[in-house]
This record gives sequence, C-alpha cells and structure tokens, in this order.
Amino acid sequence: MSSPSHGANAPRTYPSRPEAVYFYGTCLVDMFVPEAGMDAITLLEREGIRVIFPDNQTCCGQPAFTSGFPDEARRVVEAQLDLFPGDHPIVVPSGSCAGMIRWHWEKVCASDPALKARAEAISARTYEFAEFLLHVLGFNRKDEGPATTVTLHTSCSARREMGTHLVGRELLARLGNVTLAHHDHESECCGFGGTFSLKHPDVSTAMVSDKVASLKATGASQLVTADCGCMLNITQRAAREDQDAGRACASLPGEHLATFLLRRTGGSPCGEQK
Amino acid sequence: MSSPAQQSAGKPVAFVSAQALRARMHDAVNDPHLRQSFRGAMDFLMAKRAAQFPDQGELDSLRSLSESIRQYSLSRLPDLLEQLESNLTRNGVQVHWAETPEEANAIMLGIAQRHAAKLIVKGKSMVSEEIEFNHAMEAAGVGALESDMGEYIVQLAGEKPSHIIMPAIHQTKQQIARLFAEHIPGVDYTDNVDALIQIGRRVLREKFEVADIGLSGVNFAVAETGTLCLVENEGNGRMCTTVPKVHIAITGIEKVVEKLEHVAPLFSILTRSATGQAVSTYFNMISGPRRGEDKDGPEEVHLVLLDNGRSQAYADEQLRKTLQCIRCGACMNHCPVYTRIGGHAYGTTYPGPIGKIISPHMMGLEQTHLLPTASSLCGACGEVCPVKIPIPELLIRLRGEANSAPHANPAMVGQGAAYDPKISLLWKLWARLYARPATYRAFTWLATRFRALTPTQQSGWTAARTPLKPASRRLRDMVKDRR
Repeated sequence: MSSPSHGANAPRTYPSRPEAVYFYGTCLVDMFVPEAGMDAITLLEREGIRVIFPDNQTCCGQPAFTSGFPDEARRVVEAQLDLFPGDHPIVVPSGSCAGMIRWHWEKVCASDPALKARAEAISARTYEFAEFLLHVLGFNRKDEGPATTVTLHTSCSARREMGTHLVGRELLARLGNVTLAHHDHESECCGFGGTFSLKHPDVSTAMVSDKVASLKATGASQLVTADCGCMLNITQRAAREDQDAGRACASLPGEHLATFLLRRTGGSPCGEQK
Repeated sequence: MSSPAQQSAGKPVAFVSAQALRARMHDAVNDPHLRQSFRGAMDFLMAKRAAQFPDQGELDSLRSLSESIRQYSLSRLPDLLEQLESNLTRNGVQVHWAETPEEANAIMLGIAQRHAAKLIVKGKSMVSEEIEFNHAMEAAGVGALESDMGEYIVQLAGEKPSHIIMPAIHQTKQQIARLFAEHIPGVDYTDNVDALIQIGRRVLREKFEVADIGLSGVNFAVAETGTLCLVENEGNGRMCTTVPKVHIAITGIEKVVEKLEHVAPLFSILTRSATGQAVSTYFNMISGPRRGEDKDGPEEVHLVLLDNGRSQAYADEQLRKTLQCIRCGACMNHCPVYTRIGGHAYGTTYPGPIGKIISPHMMGLEQTHLLPTASSLCGACGEVCPVKIPIPELLIRLRGEANSAPHANPAMVGQGAAYDPKISLLWKLWARLYARPATYRAFTWLATRFRALTPTQQSGWTAARTPLKPASRRLRDMVKDRR
C-alpha cells in the first residue's frame, strides 16, 4: 500500500453499513473543538450506528511524525494500536489525522513486522468522517434550515491523501437551501501545516491571510470545513483581523461540517443546547 | 570519495544561513510587488499545465511510466554511466568526470585555455549555475555569456535565476527595459516586449559568431546510443552546440537513461509539466562532433558529468528518489510557499520544493537544514511531479536527518545539524504524555479546567491569530456525560 498523495488516487471501495464504528476523536478535537466531535457522533448515531469511543485514545502521532521525530511518533502510535479490538470501521473527524492513520502508521511501524501488520489492519478500515457519512451511510436528510450561502475549505490531507475532496461538496449539495460559494485558489493550502505555522510564521501568515481574503470574497455567511486544524487556523486569523480592525462581529465564522449538517437537518448541535 | 561522516566531522553548526533565510523570507512576503508578480506567473503556469492534461487517466499512466523509467535508470546508474561513456567516446565525444563544482570548473577552464578561448557562449544550464561557472570563468579571464533570454537578463542584472525554467520571472518588462538601456550600447528605453526580444537577439547573434566555445546543459543522456538530448525553445541551444568550434555539455550524473525510447515519454511529460507546451520549439540530439562530410557542427564535443552530492542521495534507497527529477519546475509553480516568497529567498541554485530536497545533498545540512521545514506538507508538489517524487515524504526524512543526534555513519553530510537536546527532550516528553492514556487524560483535564491560565502569547501562532484556548470540557467528558 502506498500513499495516494503522490500518485494516481484509486477510488476506494467502501464497506456496507456496519452495526457499529469506533470514533477516533483526535487530540485537537478532544481539547479544542469537542463540539465538532460530539456533533459527528450524534450524526452517526442518528443514522442508526452504534458509536464506540475508546477512552484510551490520545493522538495519531502526526505532530512528531511530520516534525521528523519518527521514534516519538512510533511510541504514540504503538499506544493506539490496542484501541480497536473489534473489526468495526474507524471514523475520524479530520482528514489529516485520518491520513496519518491510513498511510503513515505503517511507515512509522515499519521496523517491526508485527507492529506494522497491526497498523496496516487498522489503516485499511479507517475513514474520514465526511466520506463515511456520504459513501457508507449515504447521508441524505432534508434540509430544514433557511436559505444560506456558505463556503467550504477542504484540507490538503483530505484532498491529496484521503482523496475525499469532493465529499464536502456532495454533502452540501444534498442540502436544498444551501448554496456553496467557491473561492479562488480553492485547492491551495491554508498555511497551517502543524508546526509549520509555529516555525515559519511569516510564510504561514501570508498563506492564511490570502486564504481568509479568498473565502471572504465569496460573500458567504460562514465557513464549513471537515478539518479542525485548518478551521482554527483560518477562523482565528480572521478573528485577529477583526480585532485589529475593531470589528465586533466575526467576519468569517467557521464550523465543522458535522455541526453544520446536524443543525441543517433538524438536529441540535451540542454547542447550542441549553 | 570520503564518507559523509568524515566530511562533517568537527564542523560547527551554522545558524547564520538559517537566520539569513528567515530574513529573506520575511522580506519577500512583505514585498507586495513580488507577491503579486509570482502569484500571477504561477497562476498562468498552472493553467497552462492543466490545459495539457485534460485526461486524468492519461496523465496518471504517463506519470507512472515516467516514474518507472527514471527509477529503472537509477537502479542501473553505474552501468548506464559506463555504457554512456563508452558510446560517447566511440562517437568522438570526450567524457570527463567531476566530483565537485571546483573539479568541473577546472576541467572546463582547462579546455578553454587549450583553445585560448576568450568567450564562451552559453545555453541554459542549471548545472552551470550550480557550480557558478560564470564566476569561475570570469575569475580566470574567460568571458561567459548567457544566450537564453531569461538567463541573459539575469546575468545583466547581476542576479541568479529565480526559477529553473523561467530564470527572469521576477523581472517586469519595465525593469528589463531599463537594464537593456543601461547595459547595451546604443539601446534606448523601450518596454515593448517584441522590441526587447529583437534587441536581445541582435546582441546575442553577434556573440555566437565570435564565441570560441559553446556550453550547454543536457536533459537526457542516452547510454545505448551515446546521445545528448537538449530541450529548448529559443534556438540558442542549437546555436551554442553547433556554431562555435568547441561544444562543452555539462550535466549531473543522474540524467542518463538507457534507450532512446525512454526519452519520448519523459520529453512529453517534461514540456507539458514545465511550460504547458505539447512539445518544445527545439529538441536537439547531439551524437558527436562534426564528421568529415558535415557542413557544420563543432570540431570538438565534451561532456562533463558532475556528482556534487548526487552519489550521497543515490546511496540511500529513499533519498535516491530525489534523483528522479527531470527539472520541469512544476513543483515550484504549484507550491504555495514558492508563490509567496519567490525563488531568490531560498538562497540556493534550485529553489522551491525540489530545491529543498536536493540542496541538502549539494550543500550539506549545516547550510540547508531550515529549508525542509519551510513547507506545510500540503502535497501539491508531489501531486504534480511528473516522475512522482514523494517530495513531502522526503522533506520529513530530511527534517529527521537534521533533528536527530549526530551519529556514526550518517546518510548525509550535516546529519544532526539542527539537533537541539532541549527540543529532542520536549518531543520525548510529548511522546510519554501521549503514549500514556492516563497521563494524557490528567493533562487534558487540567488544561481544560484551568483554561483561563492558557498563555496568550503562543509563539508563531499568535503572530497573526487570536490565541488558542482549550474548551471548557473535553470530547471525552461530553461522551461520558451523554450516556
């Protein structure tokens, strides 16, 4: 198995609807955007899927892996290999963490054949949340919200590692009252890149500022994305621009696709419950 | 050849070039003119390439074929180089081997001096940039004149190329008009592009007639036939390789392929990926000096094969993929970092994603360890690479080579150049925290309960964003409460 990010992206074959899934929330969602994870779980459960949340989950190891600390990444990955004893699919509400599990766990475990085999078995049944919702569950609920225009950011990992860049569009297209406004340079990175944003603030800022400008230029009322890393990068840059300009309202509010889909289809996102 | 370990022993870790790189990147992103011109140029080139590949299936299979050809060629590199040398020799081409830029320049200066050459006219060659050929010749009193229009402009301006295919892409027509008016006798200011090209042609045409030696690069060297293939658009390559009495070609050792039939797919994907052309205006196949009955052509042809760190990359299975490159420049055209900072900020002969993975082999990691970190790993480069070099994967590998504690028998010169015991300790602690679920839970519990104490200055993040703050409750708390 090799990562599709550098080559032809063979279409993935999807399993039939399972009875249960494992939900791998990711460390970013766990600590910074828990409502996105909760809303994704609610959506899955509403579709009749039993959701198992392994309590021992921590992080997919991506920060160490991409920073060039493979041993540290392996230590963390090893600790995750026991989380999924059953053969249920694993659903991850983030393209980059899903990509890490799907393509890179086997690489960081490559020196130990037994470990590698376990990592591969997990990789094969790991799905990004949005692709699972569309391709496995065939999500198709009636849009109950008022007419609105939104803009969509697709993460580079979803686009180039998971090959799921059309999934967000397709899910939004199923909502009758939602218009999707495309932004220029849509396939371009938002400039997050994990530690890249810390190590190269000048270039990262230039990239995210351009992304914010492109997204705002659509005139959309909000941003929707299936990756919380990109979302925090984009919305907190926009918030900083608002702050610097003395604007009281957020000029580019954003939320995870799960939260948006839940609200539009009659559910109540956990951040809005009393 | 001495081992990388021997070469790096005792060298101090150089922070100077990393600081200089940061300063250049800072200046570049804050230069609105540069930002606008690179954005426009890269958009243009991306659109041109996309128009050449309307059929994704055809692109996928051509990329796979091209990757296979390059990997096959590299797998037989030592044999193919020997075969190339013997067939070129049979064809009357003199073959020279150079391990370092200094050796390559000395070989070529020796040829120039034997012919008492005063002027060398050059076709476009990035390898000649890599070895700073012009400086070496000028220092020895031999003139070296660029005849590719972009390279000529860059030479007049006293600059280096900012792109491997379009060297003067950073220059506006007004800047070029001023350069011409200032440097070319009898030329008045005009920013009419056609007029500027005619001026350049006239100047260069005279030089071809008087030059003693023509220098060129090589796109593909065919081992089986002893043929040097040269891809170009301006005809200056053909002039350089046919008009002067002596032709010197210089190339990296990785450019060899086994058969002529291997050239066709590579040539097709090269021009389409590079400039969005179905085919280049000129494609030269050079198989030796003028023969008895020939009406033109050089009397002597030389090929200089340069290593300059390539055999270091070759020795490692993963790093070897770096050498698959056919120098199309598509990775820079699609790179969001290159688009923001332009080519000069990198401070290396080869800028952009390919520069980040090849320069460490040429210059060592001491000088270049920051380059592989200057990427968000978005993967756009790997996606468009015509020979499927896994550039993001190689960037991660190079980060690891730079970060790790110096050890015996390293894969590269400068391994450990960015090693910092404090940073390494932090990652070890990070791994402990995240590899122990109970510790992780305790940490995240504290971080969310005491979120009011979250620092508001968060390194590079808050340079341009509002601070990150943990939520009041974790996902795992919400999941528990709900049931």
